[in-house]
Amino acid sequence: MADRDPLYEVSREIVGADFQSSGDISGELKKILLQAGFPPPFIRRIVIAAYEAEMNVVIHAFKGTFTTVIYHDKVHININDEGPGIPDLELAFQEGYSTAPPHVRELGFGAGYGLSNMRKCSDALEIDSRVGVGTRVSMDFLVNSQRDGAEVEK
Amino acid sequence: MVLKLRNDFFHSVLLDEEKCKGCTHCIRRCPTEAIRVKGGKARIDEERCIDCGECIRTCPNHAKYAQTDPLDAIQRFKYSIALPAPAFYPQFPPSISIGKLINGLLSLGFHEVFEVARGAEILAEEIKKYLLSKDIPKPVISSACPAVVRMVEEKFPSLTGTLLPLDTPLGIAAHTARLRAMKKGYHSEEVGVFFITPCPAKVTEVRQSSDDKGRIDGAISISQVYSRIINILDELDEQSSLQLASWKGIGWARSGGEQESLNEGEYVAVDGIHNVMSVFEKIEMGELSGVLYCEAQACVGGCIGGVLGVQNPFLSKVNVQQLVKKYPAYRELEDREWKELVRERVFLRRHPFVASDVLKLDTDYRKALEKYQTIENILENLPGLDCGACGSPTCRALAEDVVREKAQEIDCPFLLREKMLGLSREIFDLASKVPQTMNEERGMQKIESNPDRGTSEGKSGG
Repeated sequence: MADRDPLYEVSREIVGADFQSSGDISGELKKILLQAGFPPPFIRRIVIAAYEAEMNVVIHAFKGTFTTVIYHDKVHININDEGPGIPDLELAFQEGYSTAPPHVRELGFGAGYGLSNMRKCSDALEIDSRVGVGTRVSMDFLVNSQRDGAEVEK
Repeated sequence: MVLKLRNDFFHSVLLDEEKCKGCTHCIRRCPTEAIRVKGGKARIDEERCIDCGECIRTCPNHAKYAQTDPLDAIQRFKYSIALPAPAFYPQFPPSISIGKLINGLLSLGFHEVFEVARGAEILAEEIKKYLLSKDIPKPVISSACPAVVRMVEEKFPSLTGTLLPLDTPLGIAAHTARLRAMKKGYHSEEVGVFFITPCPAKVTEVRQSSDDKGRIDGAISISQVYSRIINILDELDEQSSLQLASWKGIGWARSGGEQESLNEGEYVAVDGIHNVMSVFEKIEMGELSGVLYCEAQACVGGCIGGVLGVQNPFLSKVNVQQLVKKYPAYRELEDREWKELVRERVFLRRHPFVASDVLKLDTDYRKALEKYQTIENILENLPGLDCGACGSPTCRALAEDVVREKAQEIDCPFLLREKMLGLSREIFDLASKVPQTMNEERGMQKIESNPDRGTSEGKSGG
């Protein structure tokens, strides 16, 4: 049915170590969601998670692709990167654990809350990582999730 | 453009149509893209305008102005009180005492003066308490600048919950001053409370002030008062018993003053509305979550940068530094005084923060996303120069205006030119076609000879 068709789809390339444009993709996503009229708390958690994911690619990987697909009942984000991969996922989820190099931490990034923040903000999180190849992160955000308070107009 | 007018949209920033030349300086500078040039004149969209005053600052023809009250307005009241903004003092050299400036205000016909700087330092104590409370989203964003508050409501709706839910220094000063006058035996209706304002956003705050004891009856620009006082300063006494505020509140005149009046901690101070927006973007993305309090002012330099001031804000800043040193003694409120302010609910914010949906493209988000796609499609055909010649600030804004049925693609002069070129080619092509009844040779000749008419044809007339 039409309900399963994506309402909007956008894909952007992320360049590793490009700190100057980092955040642009999450910023654009925020604007799309605002103009679409989603409830502000819903937008907020998507943007926080999207920014964390975007930054992870900028900090750790060589390059990546950031895809957002908006459905009638959810927002799906998929990030594929070519990079070092995550050797120990369980460890990576621990708050404060970080493999970001010191020069990146000095910039205020890579504090080690990325993955746990993404988990907190999303309704479903899937990470598939292969060391030396890359990482795929996929997140779902449910439109009528109770946590966002205000009901979305249908 | 159709302007949706609602009663709650009072705006102090207005346009003088006579002076407006329809240039596009203001539309590019407006942080909320609230201005369009239509029919050769700038039009302000009331729903989007946040009264920051950027257009007043940038207009080369001085066609934008802020509506303030004349000084005569104080005559309507039996007992009138002036509330000078902290930014009022540094308009003058720091050698001029605040006592003298207060006496200056009294000489203009006010019966009493209550410093907004005093309101600020009282508020600072309340902010300290608020910041200690658990489970508040951080960073807390200062709600002292009304233009910033409106900006959050409009462009950063998800941050409305992080705005400081306390009244402004102005609101607190107004309320306290009225209570004091009433203690002296005046009825609330007899008391007129007037803010001496550095900026139009505050004028709007004044107009929207509540109807109870927190009411503010008018806003008089600093520039108006300045010109009246500057020449009589020599005749005035140095001291005034009404001078209460210390460095703590006086410092609020410029960016950084709020955090100085609070306890040790991590703070961010950002000034200039475009800078404020860039910091809010970061806050929305979850950065700065370790920061306790974010001080944000729409004007560069803080309130001293307000368009209704007279002094250069950077020079004013030097003056503030001097004043801060000159008035080191903060007078703490007595317990009894605190209790009274709390009982009278002086710190309570009267208007709740409301996330605006002005950016929404449609009430149905499916349709809204279709429209968003249309915007992207239109954008591909636009030149991307953001020249403003169409009357919209950017190509994207024009595309949005088209989708919102407030403009046409053809408003873009580049698209118009392209269309005309295509049309003229088509006309040429059509004209080259030979009607069947016509001799083919003759028909072709006619067209080709068009450029220098009269050589091969039309000799009959010559």
